[in-house]
Amino acid sequence: MIQTFFNLDIIVAAWPIVMSGLWNTILLSLIVVPLGLFGGLILALLASIRHPLVRWPLMAWVDFFRAFPPLVLLVLLFAGLPFAGLELGGFACVAIAFFLNTGSYYGEIFRAGIDSVPNGQVEAARSTGLSRMQAMRYVVLPQAVRNVLPDLLSNTLEVVKLTSLGSVVAVPELLYEARQAQSLTYNPTPIVMAAVIYFLILWPLVRLLSRLENRALAGRR
Amino acid sequence: MGGWDRFVETFFNAKVMAKYLPDILSGMVVTIELALLIVVTGLGAGLALALLRSLGIRPLNWLIIFIVDLFRSLPPLVIIVLMYFGLPYAGPSPSGFVSTWLSLALVLMAFSEEIFWAGITSIPRGQWEASRSTGLSYGQTLFNVILPQAFRLTIPPLTNRTIAITKGTALGTVVAVTEILGQASSAVSNSYNPSPLMMGAAAYIVLFFPVVVAARWIETKFAWKR
Amino acid sequence: MVQKHIVEARGIHKHFGPLHVLKGVDLQVDERELVFVIGPSGSGKSTLLRCLNRLEEPSSGSVVVDGIDMLDPKTDINHARQRIGMVFQSFNLYPHMTALGNVTLALRKVAGKSRAEADTLARKALERVGLADRADHTPGQLSGGQQQRVAIARSIALEPRVMLFDEPTSALDPELVGSVLEVMRSLRETGMTMIVVSHEMGFARNAADRVVFMDDGLIVEQGPPAAIFENPAHERTRAFIGQIQRH
Repeated sequence: MIQTFFNLDIIVAAWPIVMSGLWNTILLSLIVVPLGLFGGLILALLASIRHPLVRWPLMAWVDFFRAFPPLVLLVLLFAGLPFAGLELGGFACVAIAFFLNTGSYYGEIFRAGIDSVPNGQVEAARSTGLSRMQAMRYVVLPQAVRNVLPDLLSNTLEVVKLTSLGSVVAVPELLYEARQAQSLTYNPTPIVMAAVIYFLILWPLVRLLSRLENRALAGRR
Repeated sequence: MGGWDRFVETFFNAKVMAKYLPDILSGMVVTIELALLIVVTGLGAGLALALLRSLGIRPLNWLIIFIVDLFRSLPPLVIIVLMYFGLPYAGPSPSGFVSTWLSLALVLMAFSEEIFWAGITSIPRGQWEASRSTGLSYGQTLFNVILPQAFRLTIPPLTNRTIAITKGTALGTVVAVTEILGQASSAVSNSYNPSPLMMGAAAYIVLFFPVVVAARWIETKFAWKR
Repeated sequence: MVQKHIVEARGIHKHFGPLHVLKGVDLQVDERELVFVIGPSGSGKSTLLRCLNRLEEPSSGSVVVDGIDMLDPKTDINHARQRIGMVFQSFNLYPHMTALGNVTLALRKVAGKSRAEADTLARKALERVGLADRADHTPGQLSGGQQQRVAIARSIALEPRVMLFDEPTSALDPELVGSVLEVMRSLRETGMTMIVVSHEMGFARNAADRVVFMDDGLIVEQGPPAAIFENPAHERTRAFIGQIQRH
């Protein structure tokens, strides 16, 4: 059993490939997380214009991407766009798909955060002469982010895990490289390695989150 | 032929769509089956683990926490790949359908255990004490007093998480499950036309959009207590 | 013949980690007696009360209530608790049930009554606390005083032999205290044995048979209300009563 799933020779052989995959996963995360945050912030700021003509289409946009499996979006971009004469490559497709999909999730979180800041805060800021944008930037957003920090972290965890979808469109991230190594060695050890790496990197975040979430739910009463 | 016509001809080709509609529909059936199985078994197992954890047996709780953490940390696709491509080396070779089902059910189990547990522990001690002081047993208190209140708190986070994980059925396509995306992808490569993919996308919207809207409604309905 | 006590607690010790909260307390209560327990916060009053129905496990000692050894592992604790009513400072009503639901739950699940029987008994109990017309309200729709009276109804519906009150009026607005004390007084008139932890000294003075003063995990002295309030034997009792009366 150990020979099959934790084969030392194969670990040594696959190490460089898996490590380069890990590096790409980290790079990918460093790109798609800020991209998603940025997209989400735009959505939330737009939603803070409380006009129904803005809010309803936005809500529909967000719900649309919440209903849409990210892998379907990715495949649609990767396999569909070439028919329109647009070959983007796996990496760009992942970036766009994540901008749309995780941006919607981040947008919902930011929106809830902004809603959680009492209106009196804006009124107080405006009464001291701050503009609408200044009040948002200096008074509302800092409080909003603090109020929804656990949700932001939890979504970020999901985004990092989602980067594994890149393997489907040949982005050479951790899972992709592990599968390459597996098919070269006819041994599942590289996939086990990938799983162990994901676990070791993300476990601390999961621990932190489960503590924060316990507190958040208790506070809801 | 104008650009628009060509666009429609390419992405919404009526002939191709008519030809592959049955495939997409059968993919929808598989997706629904898979989703229902995942929801029922995942939530059931999650609740069972949370109840076990409430017994407060130390070593058992450590094990539960480890399992929950494990399946929250691993990307679902990694679990599916491990089960489908890795497990056969050890003997059992689950089909793509079974691999996807079990993997996502385990992930949902982990997330829902965490949510159920947070719900149970958020009920004040006084509720336990009042109930036990009138002579109700531990189990009676749990089922009549604690869980009904805990469920109320857990419903909004639980629905959101359940939807997010259930959407993962699309991952099954990687291990040759003939769900919507799998059907659509093979139709695209057979017809050299992206229309089936558009149908597939529409099928997901038909299935999941109402669920997302319902979740939004549930969220506001159960938020009154705050 | 020796007088038979309905509550007989002997040598109760309770440790919370390094804290020694009860340091050997003896408490005997006669049938139909109303015993009032007073003392500074942290003196162990509530813990003593909670040891009597084993919501807290005493570290050592013995508790016998109505002939049942509460600490015997063979005792069916749930059945025994049905005979000991308890009213909490924070009411602890079940927020997801109506007032009626709160009262019927234990009647059905512990006393084994049918739904119809339980309903009848519960309505009777709610009537005794003056809330017959609130049976279908949820706790959120009731005032604090009304909630506490429902909590009392939840206990008395089980026809307990003893009632424990753990600071029943401390969480209430002053104008709502009277209604709860009124219910306690009427309960007293039916001959219910009651042990009350409370700061309502006026009520203690004219309703209690005996006042017990606790400090630092021990009973310092006890006696009729007049004796304790007018002429305490111990310095600590005198200081405490002086403090309370200055308010």
